Amino acid sequence: MKIGILALQGAIREHRNLLRRLSIETVDVLNPDDLDGISGLILPGGESTTVGKLLVRYDLLEPIAALGRKGLPILGVCTGLILLSKHINNSEQYRLNLMDTYVERNAFGRQLASFEADMSIPVLGDKPFHTVFIRAPYINKVGDNVKVLLSDEGKVLFAEQDNLLAVAFHPELTDDTRVHEYFLNKINNFSEQ
Amino acid sequence: MSEINKKTGTFAVKTGLAEMLKGGVIMDVVNPEQAKIAEEAGAVAVMALERVPSDIRAQGGVARMSDPEMIIGIQQAVSIPVMAKARIGHIIEARILEALAIDFIDESEVLTPADDVYHILKSDFKVPFVCGARNLGEALRRIGEGAAMIRTKGEAGTGDIVEAVRHIRRVNEEIQRVLGATPMELMTIAKELDAPYELILQVKGLGRLPVVNFAAGGVATPADAALMMELGCDGVFVGSGIFKSDNPAKRAKAIVEAVAHYKDAKLIAEVSKGLGEAMRGQSVAQMDDKDKIAGRGW
Repeated sequence: MKIGILALQGAIREHRNLLRRLSIETVDVLNPDDLDGISGLILPGGESTTVGKLLVRYDLLEPIAALGRKGLPILGVCTGLILLSKHINNSEQYRLNLMDTYVERNAFGRQLASFEADMSIPVLGDKPFHTVFIRAPYINKVGDNVKVLLSDEGKVLFAEQDNLLAVAFHPELTDDTRVHEYFLNKINNFSEQ
Repeated sequence: MSEINKKTGTFAVKTGLAEMLKGGVIMDVVNPEQAKIAEEAGAVAVMALERVPSDIRAQGGVARMSDPEMIIGIQQAVSIPVMAKARIGHIIEARILEALAIDFIDESEVLTPADDVYHILKSDFKVPFVCGARNLGEALRRIGEGAAMIRTKGEAGTGDIVEAVRHIRRVNEEIQRVLGATPMELMTIAKELDAPYELILQVKGLGRLPVVNFAAGGVATPADAALMMELGCDGVFVGSGIFKSDNPAKRAKAIVEAVAHYKDAKLIAEVSKGLGEAMRGQSVAQMDDKDKIAGRGW
């Protein structure tokens, strides 16, 4: 199994290192050819306007969207959560248009509002997950087909829709591999179908 | 989740933002219009300042923190992070920038230092700081004070990349020295590099600097930016190089692409076509020492 990591901009090596610890092979995705033969794709955190523009300039937006529609498992982190979404409040920025989610960018405010906290995420087991939110977005509304895995005061922070997984915090900035393992399980389940 | 549980302004949250900027370009802008051009070109952040370094050089005088009104105008114009510069050691300028909810403060040698002995104790702040460094010891002293991000100093406002190259090579060589040393040798190395011993141990454990390290000071072309990435920088600051060139929008976009694809020479050749004249600049080798600003910082 080989997992692609969109490597245009952002926290790329953290995902690479985390997957390496789980003995998973990764490939940096910079051009459409890099998508060949991957079993799943990670859209890492970074600056969503930058990544969106580069996706378009390098003809990656439509190929990734097409793979997503065909069922390729995709994990979108922070910026990735924004890119996966169909609806972004107050923004015309480029997106993959895959998940039935309504997203608010920089929803907690500027950097001073960035925070870390232990949160209980039932699908990941009993032990709380140490979440790190950096100028994070959240989802304020979801469609019927979206399963909410973590929410707080009406803010959806972790959600799933069929082959797609969107997370507002940064599991790659911790040593906890459980979000990535959840994603890998998803890939295994999808390939069995 | 209880609100009490949430921790803001921690070192992890500060370095977290720096991690998200990796592989990106941070551009100096002096007004909202330039900020919009930078965002449109794909900048990951903008640095709001009143005069770009080449103008500070040309006009002389004391260079200070920018007018808050101008900073707020830029914050309102773009959705990407906004950084701003405080003078070395100027605690109050830094507090003002924090009060403006700036996303990152650059305690910068490009401005005229306010304190010629001490730097700001950056761990006292909730907002993250970036600082310039010419070598590993300087980088680790700044991290020791709480900096969440490092950049090469280069020689700002010259358009000459040679100093930035010198600084990243120096940092890389000194990291290699730490990695090659036995535990017994590390205290003496810390002493020789003027670096905090605990942070030398961290470098040894991690195999790299404990925080993100960007290039700055002299980047003028897409090729310059890609060179700094090739030498191991995590991203690039471009100061005077964009808005002092013939076609800022096109050059800005080209530099963004060259950084994202720095190993792809064909692509860099393509984006480097027809950019018009780069900033004229000045060769650092021809400059008097008194005109160099990289020496500011203690």
